[in-house]
Amino acid sequence: MSLPEELRAPQPAGPRTVAGALATWLERHLQTLVGSLGRLMRRPFATLLSTLVIGVALALPGALHIVLTNARTLSAGLGDSVQLSLYLRRETTPEQARKVQLAVEARTEVAGTVLVSPDEGLREFAALAGIGEALKMLTANPLPWLVKVRPAPPHDSVDGVAALAASLRELPETELVEADTAWVRRLQAIVAVLRRTALLAAAILALGVVAIVGNTVRLEIDARRAEIEVTRLVGGSNAFVRRPFLYSGFWQGLGGSLIALALLGGGLLALEAPVAGLAAAYGSPFRLSGLAFTEVLAVAAAGALLGLLGAWLAAGYHLRRIEPR
Amino acid sequence: MIRFDQVFKRYPNGREALADLSFELGSGEMAFLTGHSGAGKSTVLRLVALLERPTRGRVVVNGQHTTALRRGQVPAFRRQVGFVFQDHRLLDDRPVFDNVALPLAIAGVARREMDKRVRAALDQVGLLGKERLFPFELSVGEQQRVGIARAVVSKPPVLIADEPTGNLDPDLALEVMHLFQRFNAVGVTVLVATHDVHLLERFGVRRIRIENGRLTGAAVVAA
Repeated sequence: MSLPEELRAPQPAGPRTVAGALATWLERHLQTLVGSLGRLMRRPFATLLSTLVIGVALALPGALHIVLTNARTLSAGLGDSVQLSLYLRRETTPEQARKVQLAVEARTEVAGTVLVSPDEGLREFAALAGIGEALKMLTANPLPWLVKVRPAPPHDSVDGVAALAASLRELPETELVEADTAWVRRLQAIVAVLRRTALLAAAILALGVVAIVGNTVRLEIDARRAEIEVTRLVGGSNAFVRRPFLYSGFWQGLGGSLIALALLGGGLLALEAPVAGLAAAYGSPFRLSGLAFTEVLAVAAAGALLGLLGAWLAAGYHLRRIEPR
Repeated sequence: MIRFDQVFKRYPNGREALADLSFELGSGEMAFLTGHSGAGKSTVLRLVALLERPTRGRVVVNGQHTTALRRGQVPAFRRQVGFVFQDHRLLDDRPVFDNVALPLAIAGVARREMDKRVRAALDQVGLLGKERLFPFELSVGEQQRVGIARAVVSKPPVLIADEPTGNLDPDLALEVMHLFQRFNAVGVTVLVATHDVHLLERFGVRRIRIENGRLTGAAVVAA
């Protein structure tokens, strides 16, 4: 009995063409990819548990992000109502007042103006405040001419409004400029603090995801020690030995991000009706907005990448210590 | 193909396994490595497969100085050496096919080629048809032969075996040695560590005898 052709050549015959080599390479990676998914599926409870933890860790910053996006929409809508009240000096004549209005209206940072005469002002005031009787006791109208100024974007920001107010104060006819931006400023400050908090939370929880995946990969490496040793014995490179663990981390991260997205979706669904009710009670058309498609992709990618990173760190550290006996 | 130049090997526990060992095995040669257990046979094989590095001296395999190889080059080096282990070192959670195919998977051999070569290797060791069985379903002798199939499936230029017939009955042991001879006949360099006297008498190949980590007597070339 002689040796068959298949075992005769002294060197392993590699793939011959570039396309063939690429196909083999792809096949090998796909096999490992599917293989590591199958391995995770074979112990569903442990896998579910670890991906659930990852999911919760990813859902938290995701939820904060959604809250912030909505807060920004809300505060932007409120920003529209920011306007300045330019009160003119008592001695201003109607002609002067009209001139001031036209001059202000011509500015680029102004979107529109409304001139309110002292008489109109008094009528509005009487209707609004419901103190018509008291006002009747006045012998003279104490109100000055008023120009209501609506800033044009991008000057409708807090800083823009402040700058506009400052320049209006310079006018000789100006008695007083009121721009109630303090509360917008506060709201924006709160949003800024929350945004920073969300970033910090995201960073800390990302670290958590890396640690969780790293730990499950470490356990997996321990469980497959014999296999790793034998693979090294027959010449498996580091990359070859590490690959299934990297894919395992990838799957766990991706699975975790899917769970996170499901949690976020469920939460949004549960909040939609009450928020709509609350908005309606304030007469606002505000609707809760969820994640954009790109953000969904970003969550999925973040999970997968963090999983990969955790696996890479754990595999790099633990595999180095496994040498064949 | 395999050259030892004044090789010393002292293990971390202080045991001196090899002392000033020098021998050479030419390309396409076959030899038995003999000696009592504990003489250093396994250490020699482990140095050839770079499972150990010499404390002093030089080991050259297939033209490569193993001492000069960096850690990252070791896997590629090991692929040139087929190793048959005494305890066969199979993966119990994988069928015979996957065990034998492992070196091919590592080398990136395409699926169809892999199928062909695994079958050819299993055919050689008389286990064709048992691809889907798991190692624990096989007899010890069969497991040993799966280990041999795995060692030869990637067609390495060097084949080393540590007591490959230790667990086999005489007929099987003979068959396994014939198998090694067939590989040798197509140019594979074969080094078999054994203390199976019966076997040594049956096969007239060169013997490299070591005692206490040293070469003893002349490297007898019989027949």
